[in-house]
Amino acid sequence: MYRKMLRIRKFEKTASVFFAEGKIPGFVHLYIGEEAIAVGACANLRDDDYITSTHRGHGHIVAKGGNLKYMMAELFGKETGYCKGKGGSMHIADAELGILGANGIVGAGHLIATGSAWSAQYRGTDQVSVCFFGDASTNQSTFHEAMNLASLWKLPVIFVCENNLYGISVSQARHQNIKDISQRAIGYGMPALSADGNDVLTVYEQVGEAVSRARAGEGPTLLEFKTYRQHGHFEGDPGAYRPKEEVEAWLQKDPIPRFESHLLGSGILTEEELETVRSEVDEEIREALEFADASPHPAPESSVQDIYSDLIEEARIR
Amino acid sequence: MRKITYGEGIREALREKMLENKNVVLLGEDVGPYGGTFGVTKGLWEQFGEERVRDTPISEGIIVGASVGAAATGLRPVAELMFIDFLTFGMDGLVNQAAKMRYMFGGKISVPLVLRLPAGGGISAGAQHSGSLEAWVTHVPGLKVVYPSNAADAWGLMLTAIDDDNPVVYIESKVLYSQKSEVPDKVTKVPFGSAAIAREGADVSIITYGKQVHDALKAAAALAKDGIEAEVIDLRSLYPLDKETIFGSVAKTHRALVVTEEVKRGGYGGELSALISEQCFDELDAPVVRIGALDSPVPYSQVLESLVLPSVADIVKGCKEMF
Repeated sequence: MYRKMLRIRKFEKTASVFFAEGKIPGFVHLYIGEEAIAVGACANLRDDDYITSTHRGHGHIVAKGGNLKYMMAELFGKETGYCKGKGGSMHIADAELGILGANGIVGAGHLIATGSAWSAQYRGTDQVSVCFFGDASTNQSTFHEAMNLASLWKLPVIFVCENNLYGISVSQARHQNIKDISQRAIGYGMPALSADGNDVLTVYEQVGEAVSRARAGEGPTLLEFKTYRQHGHFEGDPGAYRPKEEVEAWLQKDPIPRFESHLLGSGILTEEELETVRSEVDEEIREALEFADASPHPAPESSVQDIYSDLIEEARIR
Repeated sequence: MRKITYGEGIREALREKMLENKNVVLLGEDVGPYGGTFGVTKGLWEQFGEERVRDTPISEGIIVGASVGAAATGLRPVAELMFIDFLTFGMDGLVNQAAKMRYMFGGKISVPLVLRLPAGGGISAGAQHSGSLEAWVTHVPGLKVVYPSNAADAWGLMLTAIDDDNPVVYIESKVLYSQKSEVPDKVTKVPFGSAAIAREGADVSIITYGKQVHDALKAAAALAKDGIEAEVIDLRSLYPLDKETIFGSVAKTHRALVVTEEVKRGGYGGELSALISEQCFDELDAPVVRIGALDSPVPYSQVLESLVLPSVADIVKGCKEMF
């Protein structure tokens, strides 16, 4: 779990630098500060379990086992990327790892994860679906429609809310009249709880219980994890809407040093062993960068490929 | 040959595919014991059970969205919305998710879902239950769109739709559900992108689909009395589109009239008309004529509704103006 948290952090720190240098176009929404949730949750999952992600998806993809080279190449818009350069940061998917996509539409994943959970239930497998989403997406109708159906049909889906306290610039207090999003489960007859999202062990344990229940056919769970994004909503957003003291206080609760202290304190790993992991992850990131940099741009004709399984769009390449 | 209704044609295709493939499942509002708002799924719940014919809450977002998730993970869901107008609630699942997933994910995920949408006016159902929204869906790369006009095509197109690995929007004409037409003893798949020539003629091509095919045939019969032989093309599939048949017919008749039930403004009829103008300009002896509904929501009053929707007389008049 430590290695995965570090992979996310270092991957994104690198993405941040390359975005600032103009090597990565478009929008990049970083997950820095929230790593404990994706990693703690996915540590309970098998490769054939499903996840749906958000526009802040790098963490989920890495936590589910996503390949850093293909991810970096996708951010660079290269042909070797996960989506052949046609998806970008917000649209990475890997069917073999059950990653049903990062998603640029706030609240879309609720429905898709409910559908994949229904599919698993119908096919009689014990696969579960984990739906990652933010606090503000619980104001979308999709959240309520999904909660209702998942509860009604007892679907094996775990709704994991990453409450980072802001919907872009609007604080939670300004977008909903509740403090704990887990309260919303009451209306749907669904078990739920709110917990510390910066403690990877808490996340691991809570999601683990929900996964066991889902695999046993006991239906969905809503889990809310409180956390904080250390960067702005997207790269380039200075985040001036957040009080300095608030940012400072949350930086003190950074999930990575926190987990390091735990690992050291309980004698699970030594400082040397942590350092080895750090340098190994650095090396992985370096290789991913090299791969992305050396990869070719997509061929022009690919712009109209993969729209349909069997038709090529007649769009003329101008 | 025997005669069955349009609704039965759809149902028999669903039954055939459900018998063949366990991963074909139905969902929607009232599709279970009730048999569907227009009776299309009658008897399927009894035959295939609760697990395969699932009533959902009145919640179009989840009907479409869950179908996307299910289709991406091994099922072949056929979802029904009660009226095409309610697609407004399911639009994100269809347009931003189903249609774009394969492309955004570099071809790695396919979404083989069929979305059934009863469409059109003519039953005094008012503005929120009478929509003709085919332009919305044919506008979206990633979707295939079909619109049958008779029982055999309804059956054959549904067989193709369920087997297709892409999201297919299957639009049904409400006023045709109870209309009977001949089907062969063994109904076969109707390939997408293949229009049918519903009537041959040498003087003008009437290009249309769905309920308007029947109006066009009536108009053609009336025109024949005045010595004008109209060729009626039933597109059957709006995307992919059988351009060859359209262009071939226009090259023969040198006149084209496009009939749709949707309002003309921003409609699919405009697309067809522009396509013919672009590609067949040298063949045309007259500008392409478009017949559609008035630029208005569909009114409740039968008097007003028949005024707003295109009529057989409008088609006849439109054709005559080209000579």
